[in-house]
Amino acid sequence: MAIARVAEPSGSLQEVKEWGLDREDLLQMYRNMLVTRGVEERGHILYRQGKIPGSFYTGRGNEASAVGVATAMGSDDVGTPLHRDMGVHITRGVEPWRIFAQYMGRADGPTHGRDGNVHMADARLGLLAMVSHLPAMLPVAVGCALAFRIRDEQRVAVAWYGEGASARGDAHEGMNFAGVRRLPVVFICDNNQWAYSTPTHLEYAVEHLADRANAYGFDGVVVDGTDVLAVYREAKRAIDKARSGGGPTLIECQTLRMEGHAVHDDAFYVPKELFERWAERDPIERFRTWLRSNAGLSDDEEDQTGAYVKKLLNDALQKAEESPQPDPATLLDGVYATPEDLDTPHHK
Amino acid sequence: MSEKTYLQAISDGLRTEMRRDHRVFVLGEDVGVYGGAFKVTLGFQEEFGSWRVIDAPLSETAIVAGATGAAMMGLRPVAEMQFADFVSCAWDHLVTVAAKQRWRAGTPVPIVLRLPSGGGFSGGPFHSQNPESSFAHIPGLKCVCPATPEDAKGLMISAIEDPNPVLFFEHKHLYRRIKGEVPDERYTTPIGKARIHAEGDDVSVITWGAMVYTAEEAAKMVDASVEIVDLRTVMPWDKQAVLDSVRKTSKVLVLHEDTRTGGFGGEIAATIAEEAFEDLDAPVKRVTAPDSPVPFSPVLEKAFIPQADGVAKALKELISY
Repeated sequence: MAIARVAEPSGSLQEVKEWGLDREDLLQMYRNMLVTRGVEERGHILYRQGKIPGSFYTGRGNEASAVGVATAMGSDDVGTPLHRDMGVHITRGVEPWRIFAQYMGRADGPTHGRDGNVHMADARLGLLAMVSHLPAMLPVAVGCALAFRIRDEQRVAVAWYGEGASARGDAHEGMNFAGVRRLPVVFICDNNQWAYSTPTHLEYAVEHLADRANAYGFDGVVVDGTDVLAVYREAKRAIDKARSGGGPTLIECQTLRMEGHAVHDDAFYVPKELFERWAERDPIERFRTWLRSNAGLSDDEEDQTGAYVKKLLNDALQKAEESPQPDPATLLDGVYATPEDLDTPHHK
Repeated sequence: MSEKTYLQAISDGLRTEMRRDHRVFVLGEDVGVYGGAFKVTLGFQEEFGSWRVIDAPLSETAIVAGATGAAMMGLRPVAEMQFADFVSCAWDHLVTVAAKQRWRAGTPVPIVLRLPSGGGFSGGPFHSQNPESSFAHIPGLKCVCPATPEDAKGLMISAIEDPNPVLFFEHKHLYRRIKGEVPDERYTTPIGKARIHAEGDDVSVITWGAMVYTAEEAAKMVDASVEIVDLRTVMPWDKQAVLDSVRKTSKVLVLHEDTRTGGFGGEIAATIAEEAFEDLDAPVKRVTAPDSPVPFSPVLEKAFIPQADGVAKALKELISY
């Protein structure tokens, strides 16, 4: 039997307004979701053109979850988004051209060619770059929350992980420490049902991963991760609660990973019917439909939005392709930090 | 100046920085109410409060990852592993996150990790190790291994000031056994600078940590002038001081308590071979623990940890070469 609360679906425009979103906010979320998907679709093309070294990962199907949570974060909050959470980077304001430069290993990517794909973050926007070891950044986010608590700041850390990473000890240690100290942190589990080829029943034996929150002394919520407004509402509640001293929350966003683990993987092990069923709940299409019936999204606005996104991405691609290759002579720069490196917003 | 044990000097350095810099806080198992397993932070929680001297759950991963996150938010955590051996549980966060974050993402991680290390008291395989070479191998991490009370305080302050993850290996066998004069005021001991523990002309011993004293004892057992170079920090290590000593004596013994294969002595020996081959009058010699886990029984442990008579024997071989 489920222990976690199962969140209700998104409501009317009036309800949404009560949660703090006006019509312009809603259109911005819609644009962010389109840009998120667009960046990854263009990335796919770049990969096939041989312009992206290594592998390539996308978060198709996770756009609502990522954008919904990131929209609920405050500007001083921090987060550790993962490889299905491009929407977080977009919502926080990372420019798409820098993401394309990152994909291609160019000098203007956030890691300047030192790391690839979504292993990036702009610290000025409150994001910390992920590592491949999942969920290693989860207890790191707990450490950010510890700093906020020590300094009595009204800031919140958001820690992402997936249902696969839920099986590792880092998740346990991070959540336990956060629970014990009631730290201002919100855990977001992107449950996209497949950890590479491993299905959920081989990863965990509880009904919902959010049920585990109870064991750490805080609340768990299960939300439809294709419903951007429901995700936003639950993230907002949890972030507000954490900010006011109420401790952590675990939000499980249920989605389906709509592509393979990475570009080389055709996901033959995922039943076709599952893809078909979840394709009907495509997060962007769902939100578009909601906007048309609840917020009066017009054909003109859709056209304008589409044109805006297309131009943004075209310009970004061009700018990224002009970005130089990193200089091998700089390879050793910054292996060790200098005192001047601490002169950043994060170390203020 | 006042006489302090090695342990008191570590406490003094840490307390000095906590009084001076409100960003500095302590995180670890039993560091608060109990004052730490070895009492390095005894009385700290009373002075600084429970949010600056934080008793963590038994969670090495959460301690090191938590320190990493807090450091990226601008604090200066000093995290304690109850024994250096337990750092294996936090390997990922040191090596995967903290060591690489500045280089790949531009976010420095100024943390200090205190690691009570070393054997000599029947701690067995899990309370006696000297894992410094494992971490010296990781670009982005610094490893300091003070031998004297004065350096323990100065290096603690330098480690806290440093903008990088610094592993502070404090040798447990020195905690209460070694005493020395320690300046009362705040001072730093530079990371990356060796110290000449004893000057000599005939043979050099390159070592660090508790082995400095083993070398000292061995030097008394040979009829030669022995120079003892205390590296003080293993990463970065003072290559110049080592090469200077080698050029002066022409014979060199590298001594460490860690096991032999892949131990940091190999790096030192290779560097001497590359850069001072023409200055050598004998092959570089190594005295180290053998390639086994650290044993429990006093008889076995004595056979494992390099002893003064074994070091003296190696010195005699070098001298007569």
